[in-house]
Amino acid sequence: MNKARWIGLALLAAAPLAGMGDYPLHLIILCLLWAFVYTGWAVMGRLGMVSLGHGAFLGVGAYVVVMGWNHFHISPWLGLPLALAATAALAFLIGYPCFRFKIVGHYFALVTLALSEVVRLIIIALRDYTGGSLGVTPKTALAKASWSLSAMQFSSKLVWFYVILMVWLAGLWIWTRVDRSMSRLALEAISQEEDAAASIGMSVTRLKLGVTMVSALMTCVGGVLYAQYQLYVNPESVSGIGISLQMVFGAIAGGMFVRLGPTVGAVFTLLLAEGLRLTIGHDIHGLDATIYGLMLVLFIIFMPKGILGAAIEAYEKRRRAPRVAPA
Amino acid sequence: MLSVSRLTKRFGGFTAVNEVSFELARGEILGLIGPNGSGKSTTFNLIAGALAPSAGSIRLQGREIVGEPANRIAHHGVARTFQIPRPFRRLSVVENVALAAYYGQQERPSRENAFAQAREALALVNLPAEDSARVDGLGAAGLKKLELARALATRPQLLLADESLGGLDETEMHQAADMLAAIRAQRGITIIWVEHIMGALMRIVDRCLVLDHGEVIAQGPPQEVAHDPKVIEVYLGSDAEDVQATVAARTG
Repeated sequence: MNKARWIGLALLAAAPLAGMGDYPLHLIILCLLWAFVYTGWAVMGRLGMVSLGHGAFLGVGAYVVVMGWNHFHISPWLGLPLALAATAALAFLIGYPCFRFKIVGHYFALVTLALSEVVRLIIIALRDYTGGSLGVTPKTALAKASWSLSAMQFSSKLVWFYVILMVWLAGLWIWTRVDRSMSRLALEAISQEEDAAASIGMSVTRLKLGVTMVSALMTCVGGVLYAQYQLYVNPESVSGIGISLQMVFGAIAGGMFVRLGPTVGAVFTLLLAEGLRLTIGHDIHGLDATIYGLMLVLFIIFMPKGILGAAIEAYEKRRRAPRVAPA
Repeated sequence: MLSVSRLTKRFGGFTAVNEVSFELARGEILGLIGPNGSGKSTTFNLIAGALAPSAGSIRLQGREIVGEPANRIAHHGVARTFQIPRPFRRLSVVENVALAAYYGQQERPSRENAFAQAREALALVNLPAEDSARVDGLGAAGLKKLELARALATRPQLLLADESLGGLDETEMHQAADMLAAIRAQRGITIIWVEHIMGALMRIVDRCLVLDHGEVIAQGPPQEVAHDPKVIEVYLGSDAEDVQATVAARTG
């Protein structure tokens, strides 16, 4: 199993060198980027904290860096820590009161849903700086050169592929670290019996805030990378309900309780989105969000462990079942 | 070690606990009794920090702990069980208890030590400590024991045990009562025991505190309380003779 994992990774890392076209490579990069973001969402989502507002953190990441670069000439490398600080502040602002006053479950989801819309509306309201709903491109540093390290802009997709591959691997590592930590057990306990958890000394607020921070900061990094890779962001694509719902759907569809679940979810949502785009086009506005919503409901009812979770379960069941003797 | 003074809790216009005062010496087992709705559980929740009192003071070894949150009070050395067991069902039995050992003590142990201490606590209450043991496999008696093991794993100085015997049969009940007595003997833990089942309680406790309508109507050793006319009137009723016999058997 371990060997298979390394071979798979080597194949993935070598794939673009085999002379892949720009479009497939672009899809793989987006897959890995969204896989990282969904993994970040699942870090807290699997522990009973279902956030419908992670678009807020994505938006803060993307816009803080692009605004810093366009208006103040701050390198994205400096913009990144600023965006992380802003995200941490926002996550604290929303998380602390929720956790302190035991806003959980559906109520927590509603509060976070509002958060992502607030961020989207702020971006639109500041249209003189942000370009409003038309979106904005970071000022190009690629006029004379094919890449600029200080501007975090690279025209080569290959560079982005390896950068985002590393980030995705880091995301899986963080997921594993959280999965094996005492905090994960504690938060599972809290999601089941909060009063009992407090009675044995757990600081519910602090534990929840900790994992929320990890999740929000990962999402913020995803937003920064998205903006720098696409060199274009608009409020719809990095904040608001649509993208927030897509994250939830991707993580749940793939399977939020297994490490590669959100990655499978990213492949799934991307294929779905591209498929829709190629067959129906952009004529019916909001169709993808509608389909995400519908499928989310179906998944929660019929496959709560997601595609990968259900597949692993079926595989283990078959392996454990006694072999049927041939007739 | 514990000094409760004029503890009061009002829910709107209703006074659930009215100026309750009592003292508790180290190593003592105090039985907290009274009819339904007399304020036993509320008193208990006030001490454990699950509820914030409206007035009054709770001092643990001279330190005022009133109004502190439940998790902080756990760190001061107060552990509790719940009337209706509240296990973490999706975790294993050992994990349930290990979390208490990890988060419940003032000095946080390593993960390995927390699991080792959890196995000790499980052994103390005679529960299986294998990694594979699931909460779903435990019956009513097992769940009560798990509550107790989880509380003990925080290494408390004061244990608040809430109606730990409801739902058990006669033998299980006596075993559980003996277990509390053994825990006190082995670990020197002070215990406040809220219990409906008088027979089991009267055999073990050093002292009783009787509540009615949120007020203390009697307190003292079991033999006194069992013969107190006020207690017989509001609480013991027709069971008075049985309870008196239990107490007599114990002292005699």
